[in-house]
Amino acid sequence: METKLRAVLPDHELVKLYEQMVIGREFEEACAEQYTKGHITGFLHLYSGQEAVAVGATAGLHKDDYILSAYREHAQAIVRGAEPKRVMAELFGKATGLCKGKGGSMHLFAPELSFMGGYAIVGGQLPVACGLAFSAKYRQEDRITACFFGDGAVNQGTFHESLNWARLWELPVLFVCENNFYGIGTEVHRSSALPTVHKRTCGYDIPSEKVDGMDVVAVFKAVKYAAEKVRESGRPYFIEATTYRFRGHSMADPAKYRSAAEHEIWKSRDPIPAFARRLLDEGIAAEEELEAIRKRCTATVQDAVTFAEESPWPEDRQIWEDIYV
Amino acid sequence: MSELTYRDALNLALKEEMRRDPSVVVFGEDVALYEGSFKVTRGLLAEFGEERVKDTPISENTIVGVAVGAAMGGLRPVAELMTVNFALLAMDQIVNHMAKVRSMFGGQTHLPMVVRMPGGGGSQLGAQHSQSLESYFMHCPGLRIAYPATPADAKGLLKTAIRDPNPVIFLEHELLYNSKGEVPDDPEFLVPFGKANVVREGSDVTVVAYARMTVLALQAATELAKEGISCEVIDLRTLNPLDVETFVASVRKTGRAVVVEECWRTAGLGGDLAHRIHEACFDTLRAPVRRVAGLDVPMPYSREIEKLCIPRVETIAAAVRDVLAASV
Repeated sequence: METKLRAVLPDHELVKLYEQMVIGREFEEACAEQYTKGHITGFLHLYSGQEAVAVGATAGLHKDDYILSAYREHAQAIVRGAEPKRVMAELFGKATGLCKGKGGSMHLFAPELSFMGGYAIVGGQLPVACGLAFSAKYRQEDRITACFFGDGAVNQGTFHESLNWARLWELPVLFVCENNFYGIGTEVHRSSALPTVHKRTCGYDIPSEKVDGMDVVAVFKAVKYAAEKVRESGRPYFIEATTYRFRGHSMADPAKYRSAAEHEIWKSRDPIPAFARRLLDEGIAAEEELEAIRKRCTATVQDAVTFAEESPWPEDRQIWEDIYV
Repeated sequence: MSELTYRDALNLALKEEMRRDPSVVVFGEDVALYEGSFKVTRGLLAEFGEERVKDTPISENTIVGVAVGAAMGGLRPVAELMTVNFALLAMDQIVNHMAKVRSMFGGQTHLPMVVRMPGGGGSQLGAQHSQSLESYFMHCPGLRIAYPATPADAKGLLKTAIRDPNPVIFLEHELLYNSKGEVPDDPEFLVPFGKANVVREGSDVTVVAYARMTVLALQAATELAKEGISCEVIDLRTLNPLDVETFVASVRKTGRAVVVEECWRTAGLGGDLAHRIHEACFDTLRAPVRRVAGLDVPMPYSREIEKLCIPRVETIAAAVRDVLAASV
């Protein structure tokens, strides 16, 4: 039996989860449009479909817990508090972007929000997360490090090295594998001898659990529990969130390796309308309120696009800036 | 001043900086209990404890990655890779992370970290343990690279590296660990980055070198002096920043240059140095710049052929004579 939402969080926080998922989706759909117009260039990996993971997980963490992610991280940054307009400007390559236009879609960074970056070498952020966790432990700070990565990362050496290291040094790291079942076009069954990712952690003596990554409240509960375990024990914990990306790996990928039937099954579990139904059914929000939220998010994203369009390009001299201190 | 080995000078630098700044931590394979495979970290565990001096698994890529994260989080990690050869396993974290994090995140963070790695050939360790990879790192923007030739510089450069706000690749030559020299006792003795050292003044030929190549170049200069040839020997000290000004000024004075590098010749750093000299000194050069470099071969084990693969006093002296003979 499904838990009643009010048993988990107060109404306004539940509605906020909905709003964060909506803005994540709206932002990505606007990115797709701006990409087809040629305003966003380079690689563009969209998060549509996976919103419940970023939103639920972020809500389960403390505000100053470190977060690191991979290259599908726009929503992660925005949910953490990055201004959509500065994220969009970064994607446009403008000087007003989060990273002054030097990073782009895959390298968002907001240290004031403890959002410690999007990394684009598969598995590259796991050792960095261990290092941040070590610094926090060494400095006796009450913060854990949440490290997000995809199912594609679990066969990299850094995955195994980092899990071993985090347990060995007793580092407060929460590993969150967003298993969307595909590393670009290779299904997890075709790349992993043991496709149930969370079972791999027994080799490193790290507790793990699997959660439905299409259910924002389930993710929230799992991450909140795991984060407290990490905080109390000072040791790592591992969550596998099963989810699905509604688009291809990047805008360059039509995703022909997935069947229409499979896609439809997952679309029917779209986390946003599913959560909206629960909010309505349990009387937490009225349809008008949700409609107002959707409109507000659309307007915010439109403002972000306008801001990005109107922002200046980086100046030539900036090529040589911010490399060395 | 005290007479110390290169090894002990490095050890002293680590101890002084750890005493000075509690955010300095040391980790790597066998650095704590075993005190380092070359004993550079001797005594650190006893003095600073296991919170600050830590053994790691044999996971080179993650050693560097943990240092990246720790530096981002406000520490000053000094990571050791057991030898430079193993840095090849860590090239993703070195090149894709350590060198790029500051720039690709728009300058919002910086990495005050050091990765120490012993290297160089000449100990009959075979093809996989005898490499000189300085050109690999020098090719990559975003890193600082220091490579000391003397015990004094070993101390002064390592202390500067630890205090530097940028990520530093700190190379140490395995054949120099037992070399001795006078080292200042002053705990504030620092050797600045980007300042090459004119270690011997001369008027006929400029010899540009670094690390062990500087030691060999000085020996060659002593030999050549007996023939009436006056060499000016320049020790680069840091490969990034590169003190072009100092060696260019020297070549403008002498009119001739020999560049000595231990790494492989092809696409080696000596080609870049020679090009910079040709560009800046074309009007005053009296002969083409000569290069003395490692041979383009995987290092053989056997002593008698290994020694032919690395620059020697004789090959450096011969290059100097060649430059003089070729002069207009």
